[in-house]
Amino acid sequence: MSYIGDIIGGIKTLLNGMKVTGAYFFPNIINRKYVITRQYPDEPAIVFERFKGEVVMWHNENNEHRCTGCQACEIACPNGSIEIIWDRVLNPETGKKVKQIDQHIYHLGMCTMCNLCIQACPTNAIMWSTNFHNSTYDRSQLTKVLNRPGSKLMAGVEE
Amino acid sequence: MILTHINYFADLINYFSNTLGWGFGGKILGYVIIALIYMTFFSVAGLLLVYLERRVAAFFQLRLGPNRVGPWGLLQTIADALKLLTKELFGTDRKDNLLYHSAYYIVIIASLMALSAIPFSKGLVAFDVNIGVFFISAISSVGVLSILLGGWGSNNKYSMIGGMRSGLQMISYELSSGLAILTIVLMAGTLSMTGIVEQQRDMIFLLKGHIPALIAFIIFVIAGTAESNRTPFDLPEGEAELGAGYHTEYSGMGFAWFFLAEFINMFIISAVGVTLFFGGWLAPFGITDGLGPEWAWGLFWFFLKVFLMIFLLMWFRWTFPRLRIDQLLTLEWKYLLPIGLLNIIIMAVFVYFGLIL
Repeated sequence: MSYIGDIIGGIKTLLNGMKVTGAYFFPNIINRKYVITRQYPDEPAIVFERFKGEVVMWHNENNEHRCTGCQACEIACPNGSIEIIWDRVLNPETGKKVKQIDQHIYHLGMCTMCNLCIQACPTNAIMWSTNFHNSTYDRSQLTKVLNRPGSKLMAGVEE
Repeated sequence: MILTHINYFADLINYFSNTLGWGFGGKILGYVIIALIYMTFFSVAGLLLVYLERRVAAFFQLRLGPNRVGPWGLLQTIADALKLLTKELFGTDRKDNLLYHSAYYIVIIASLMALSAIPFSKGLVAFDVNIGVFFISAISSVGVLSILLGGWGSNNKYSMIGGMRSGLQMISYELSSGLAILTIVLMAGTLSMTGIVEQQRDMIFLLKGHIPALIAFIIFVIAGTAESNRTPFDLPEGEAELGAGYHTEYSGMGFAWFFLAEFINMFIISAVGVTLFFGGWLAPFGITDGLGPEWAWGLFWFFLKVFLMIFLLMWFRWTFPRLRIDQLLTLEWKYLLPIGLLNIIIMAVFVYFGLIL
């Protein structure tokens, strides 16, 4: 009779479901190693390599960067987060005037992490950092200068 | 039936009114003290159950749950209650003020009255009436009223749908739980809660009544879950469809009372279930008889059994998906009610021919 069969089948599936959740609950209450929660300020956060935290400029140990000041990133940026202050400086060896950046200004507060500037960069000067501790008490602190003071262009980038 | 049981609450009132000779004033003082004990129990147990629910839910989902405020997060719900106390009470425009505000008083009153008839231990029952089981099932129907009033008074269509669903559900399932209770009453031959407990001294009713008692227990648990509006029967709240159902438009303590009363209702369902099927505050197989005061051991066993029953309800909540409204009614009217009616006949036959153990 399907009426009684339905009831027995129903109870069987309910018990089956309870077995599944019970298999989560009881090991978890005995041993906490199954817990997937990470208590962030106490334990280090797991950040993925490809996480887009903020744009940074790569510098080597001699305080040299790879930015030629071509402004491709500034043009590519859809909301004007990047401003580059640059100047032409005479190269004493070749006698030509060469573009050189003074300040690569990055407005983190306006950035939408769209990745267009990094795709546009011909010399791979800027890249993503996984740092996500970006909150500040004052919004002016979100405007950052990416090139370090006193840094200069790495040799051999422009060729 | 003449009640000759020990009752510590009655002794307290007697002490104030007769032994100290304060007469009627002493009686009032005794009542106030008992009321305060029950109210304290209401809020403390409610907060503890909310904490327990969150913690158990977390363990089911491989999380940690509240663990920051106080040791193991025990003070988390107290902090939440303090936050809710400081919140502004505001409702919708053109709400029905009388119904809207009386709803949460009724829900507390219904829960407290039902609590008063539950024997917590030997002699620890405030309202030891000889129709205790009947009284509790009658009072828990009053709880429906508060939900209907809250849904209606809010002047919000979602609240009203939630309230109506709740009324539908609770009145339907009241029948099944009533039949399950009647099955046990048939076996016990009394409606008194203390009388039912005393009859289980040799063997708990779940074993004594074997097959019909087991069916009654299953029906009671299902109907009880539905009556306390918990998942898988939480259609009145139905977060996905109705916001929060009947308590959508309540804020601050108005919401908190509904929330606490919901958990206290779960406690009451579990306590009634434990009293009817598992021998209430009696020690299983009398293992602690003669070791210290009976009322203290009674409290321990009662709360242990109730905790296990509540854990079962929580297990249901975090396992089963929510029912659709037609499935809900099919379950009640096509399955639980006929089986319950049949079961009561089986039990009557068993009792008549002395087939119970």
